[in-house]
Formats: sequence, C-alpha cells, structure tokens
Amino acid sequence: MSSYHLDHLGYLETEAIHIMREVAAEFERPALLFSGGKDSICLLRLAEKAFRPSDIPMPFLNVDTGHHFPELNTFRDHRARELGGKLIVRKVEDAIASGVAVPNPGEVSRNRLQIPTLLAAIEEFQFDCAIGGARRDEEKARAKERFFSFRDGFGQWDPKNQRPEIWNIYNARVNPGENMRVFPLSNWTEMDVWEYIKQERLEVPTIYFSHKRQCVRRGGQWLPVTDILPPKEKEEVREMVVRVRTIGDIISTGLVESPANTVDDIIAEIAAARVTERGSRADDKSSEAAMEDRKKQGYF
Amino acid sequence: MHPVELLRFNTCGSVDDGKSTLIGRLLYDSKNLMEDQIEALERSADITGGGQINLANLTDGLRAEREQGITIDVAYRYFATPRRKFIVADTPGHVQYTRNMVTGASTANVSVVLVDARLGVIEQTRRHTYIAALLGTPHLIIAVNKMDLVDWSEERFRQIRDDIEAFLPKLGVLKDVRFIPISALQGDNVVEKSTKTPWYEGPTLLGHLETMHIASDWDLTAFRLPVQWVNRPNNPTDPHLHDFRGLSGQIARGLVKVGDRVMVLPAGIKATVKQIWTYDGTVEEAFAPQSVTVCLAEDIDVSRGDMIVGLDGLPGMTTDLRAHVCWMNQRPLTKGKKYYLKHTTQTVQAMVTSLDHRINIQTFDAEPEPAELAMNGIGEIHLRTSKPLIFDGYSANRLTGSFILIEQGSNQTVAAGMLFPPDEPVKPEYQDFAI
Repeated sequence: MSSYHLDHLGYLETEAIHIMREVAAEFERPALLFSGGKDSICLLRLAEKAFRPSDIPMPFLNVDTGHHFPELNTFRDHRARELGGKLIVRKVEDAIASGVAVPNPGEVSRNRLQIPTLLAAIEEFQFDCAIGGARRDEEKARAKERFFSFRDGFGQWDPKNQRPEIWNIYNARVNPGENMRVFPLSNWTEMDVWEYIKQERLEVPTIYFSHKRQCVRRGGQWLPVTDILPPKEKEEVREMVVRVRTIGDIISTGLVESPANTVDDIIAEIAAARVTERGSRADDKSSEAAMEDRKKQGYF
Repeated sequence: MHPVELLRFNTCGSVDDGKSTLIGRLLYDSKNLMEDQIEALERSADITGGGQINLANLTDGLRAEREQGITIDVAYRYFATPRRKFIVADTPGHVQYTRNMVTGASTANVSVVLVDARLGVIEQTRRHTYIAALLGTPHLIIAVNKMDLVDWSEERFRQIRDDIEAFLPKLGVLKDVRFIPISALQGDNVVEKSTKTPWYEGPTLLGHLETMHIASDWDLTAFRLPVQWVNRPNNPTDPHLHDFRGLSGQIARGLVKVGDRVMVLPAGIKATVKQIWTYDGTVEEAFAPQSVTVCLAEDIDVSRGDMIVGLDGLPGMTTDLRAHVCWMNQRPLTKGKKYYLKHTTQTVQAMVTSLDHRINIQTFDAEPEPAELAMNGIGEIHLRTSKPLIFDGYSANRLTGSFILIEQGSNQTVAAGMLFPPDEPVKPEYQDFAI
C-alpha cells in the first residue's frame, strides 16, 4: 500500500466529513441529533473534523423519552458543553402533556412516541435537515436508506420513491415544510464505530463497559431492574456483570453479560460476537417489517 | 491494528440470476452472518419458504420485496475478512430499475455481473456490462452462476466467455475483466474452491475480491479541490485565528503540498498554498480523497463552487458541454427544458440544447437524434449551463467529470451525467499578473 492511500477508517471518515460539510453549505437550519450513544459520539467528532477551527454550525437535538439511562443524559450534557455546542432537548413527557404525542391504552414503551416528539421539534425550530447516526448495517430496512433521505411535509419516508444517489453528489433540495435526514455513518459498521472510538480516543458513557447490575429475565432478554421496570412475580432476577451493546430505552435495552472493561475488550468481543447489535433491541424484534413501518412514519 | 483496505463492489444481473443468493452466500460462508440473522431467516422460511432457508431474504429488506420476491432498491451490505472490508451494493436486475444499477456502480471499485449459465448472454447482461463500462468501474467480474444446472460444463462456460469477450472491445474502457464459474446456491467457487471445476484454475470470487489491486485506482496528478465550505471562525478566542480563512473540501484528484502554486477557478488567479489544516494538526501534503481545509497565502475571494487546481494539468471551463446521461425519471428528458445541474459543489441551471444519440443497449449502436430519452435510457447530449463548469472528462476523473440533473419544482434527481473531455484546458486571461 502506498502512502497516498487511505485505510478503511480514513475512507469512511472523509466520506462522512464531506457529507457534513454539504449539509452546512446547502441547508439553512440544520440540526445534529445527539443522544450520547456511541454512533452520535462519532458524529460529533466528525463535525469537529469538518468545521474546526470554526464553531460547529448547527445545534444538537435530542428527544428524551424519559426512559433514558441516566448515565446517558449526564454524558450527553457534559459532551455538548465541552464542545461549546447548543443542546436542545425535547421530552416525550411534555409532548404527551400537550397532546402532541398520544400513547395507546397501556402503551409503556416510549419508542413510538419519539416520532411525534421529533417531528414537533423539527417544526418548532423550522429545521430543514437533521443529521443522524443511523447505519445501514443495523437493520434490513436501513440497508436501503440514502445518505440524504428525503422526508415529505409529514416527515414520512417513501422507500419506493427515493432519490437516486450517484457518486458523491447529493441532491439536498427541499421545498418549504419538507426536510432531509442525513446519515453520514451510513457505510459504517458496529466494528468501524468502535475502531474509530479507539483511534480518536473518544470518551463513551460508562454503561458501554462492564458493570454490576440487577437484571430481570423477560422476553428472552436480560433487562435492567429500575423503578419503571420492576420485576413481576415469578420473574427471574439476578445480579450480573453486564454491559449495553446498543442503547435504546432503559425498559427495552437487553444487557449482555460481558467482562469488557476497555474499548479494546469491546472490539475483541464484537469480533467474536455471534448475534447482531440490534439482536438485543426488543423494539426491532416485534415483526420483520418493524423498522420499515416506523421509518415510514418519521422515525430516524 | 494493521491498516485494512476497503473495497466496494456492486452485483448486477437479471431478475433470477441469484444476486441476492450470492451475497447471502458470501456472508454465510465467510462467517459474517450472525445467529439472530440466521434465526430471522429460519423464521421467514417457516412462513413463506416451506422450511427452506432463502439466502436472498438477507438483502430483500422491504416487505413489498419479500412479497413479490424481487429487490426494489439498492441494498447495501457490509462484511469483512482478515484481508479486506467490503461494501456491497446489491442492485436490482429489472429493466425498470436500471437507475439503481447506475447508483450502485457509481461508487464501486468492482462490478460483479451475474450470468445464468443456462441462459447465457441476454439483453440484461449486455446492459449491465455496458453500464459498468460507462460508469468507469475499473474492474469487472463476470460470475457465471448456476453452473450446477449445466453439469459444470467447461464448454458452456467457455462459450459464455467467448460471447462476452466478443462485445467487450466495443465498450472500450474496461481494463480488468475476469470470468469465474460459480454456484451461489451451493457455494462453489464463491468462498470455497469447487471440486467440480477441475478445469478452472483461477481464484474463487471472494479470493479475487480480497487480492485484486485497487490502490492505484486514484489519480495522483492534476490536483482538484472543489471548494465546499469557507471556514471562517466567528470571534475566535485564539488571536492566531482572527485572520483564518480556510477553504474546506474533499480532494477530488491528485495531491497538494504546502508551498505549491495553484490556480483558483473560475477567477483564474494563481496562488500559493500556505497551510493545509486538519483537526489533527497541519500537514505538509494531502491527497485524494481526503477532506481538508486549505489556506492560501494571498488574500483572494473564494467561495463554494470554486475550484482550486494544480498547474500541472488544468481542467476545462465552459458553459457548453457534451455528456452521456442515464435518464432516471418517468418524465422523459425534454430538449429546451431547464434543470438544475449539480457538479462537484456547484449547482447551476442547465438546458439540454440537443439530444444527439440514444444508445441501443442491444447493439451498443448510437441511434441519431431520437425524439426523447425515456426512463433508463442512455443518451448523448449537449448542454448549456448558466455558469461555466470547471471539469475533467469523466474517463479521466469520476468526481470532476460527473453531474446530476434535478427537476425544478419536484426536486427529483432525474439524470446521472458523465462529461466528455474538454476540447481544451482553461486559458485564464490574467494568469501571469502579479496581484
């Protein structure tokens, strides 16, 4: 390999930086979705690489379901401050209170309710573009997603009528009221994300590393015992040494038994893994087309 | 960690050539499938497949696709071996979805064209091979699939190879073409070498993808930096940054060093590279396709859409252009209609001034002056733009030789365009004047 040649992380990085700069140049009011999770942590580093020494020219937006891991929100606030960015948080609770989001009778999960909350935030701030950390390797419906994913006036995705994306030329044109979701990490895999975190020495929330936790067995997964997820009678409860592999809501994120204490440990663990990352997310298992349906309604 | 190279390939073939099965096979045999994916396959096999695992279900991600048993849209898959990381674009074979094949091939290092050994060369084979050549995919693999259904006949394989080799010279630009006999369904010569093809001495498909040389696919001459974003810090606390004016972009060709003399187009002004700034510190040189921020020694007005170019090979600069286009929309290409044209980081208005030829995919002949160019048609056109493009011929450089057309109003991407080489390089009026 000659010295004028990029390795795979270098290639993925330059592609993502190019996309972020296209967003900054082509949109009037973009936002960057930042949850504090590992993918959006990479997004923020890529934003630094794209825009420094200037300020990152867009606010960070997070939809707080009220069921987040507390460690995640602490990390999110800390990292946004550190970067001097403006963090906007919109809560599902508030959206429910104001009638923007309406739970079905008995609906405990806040997953679906994120959608109206996000759409309301986009409307409130008139965002014409939201950058997200979704990756194509996560799920089959995502595998067909574009870098620049057009959403109509209702925030909906139409998988049969996507704009073709050719070379590195992105069609960023939207009419008023429409918007774009942009996914700079589309071509990254879970392994790439962790290798990048290692290369860039990025800090991640502690729940990604091995820790002791009370867990309850439910639906074939180990879920964290909390106030909002108390064990039911006859359910098996155990104190275990676990970590999260992917972060969703605290009531639906399966924990994996793991002694991984460092980023290197995690990389070794993923290399040997026999299930995919989203195999531990109950929200995706409900049906084969679960993600496709949620994306059509405006999920990111 | 040693550096790992990334290779991008797309697979194309007709509806039942087994593309999705091939990708499923590559993932399965190279141990890139996870238990929950296999489980999901088994779940859907019980419902729809009468218990038979269908490897194609791995890539057919949308419900409509599973119901119709076809692939509607480009699906991207990721897998790795100890030697390389791979991004696969699975592009559909139906005639009406040719635009997706163009999409998949536009970023590929390698195109894999599947041919059904029983059917041999059909219209789709010619179309896909033509598109791979048109899109300038540097490497081509013809995978002759379903060899199990022709009794692993060497004669059949040779005949298909001869048929394809007979028309390849008409396509001109393909340099590296390889033929591999496989059975995606049974796995022969995909990852593991087949015992049924003793007459075939070449590599397996994966073996070839892992070892082919792609490092020299980028051209390191004639530097091009389309300016994407002007980096000017607001109220920086660091006094060194008060006068910082960086020109950010992704290098589209060549390399640049601190101290290099360059030219800013369209102004035609020569300048000197003072600094190459990156988040990880300043660097002495940078190369395609890195994303960097370049500072010039001279105080020149530069904005998005301008291009910084090396003096060792100047690009063309004109408003009258010739190009191949692949049409991607239901509404046919219309002469005289205005479109937006996006080329590198510049968007201009453009009008098709003449529709010169339509390419017949069967014969590769150019039919003169067709009335229109419909969806999936490939044609040769003349364009006039509202501002000059700064460009190279597509065959010399993909990123400065390509454009898209966008329909005004609907904002649909309606065409992929590949520019002919410029008649002459730009001749700036003021080139040797000191500022």
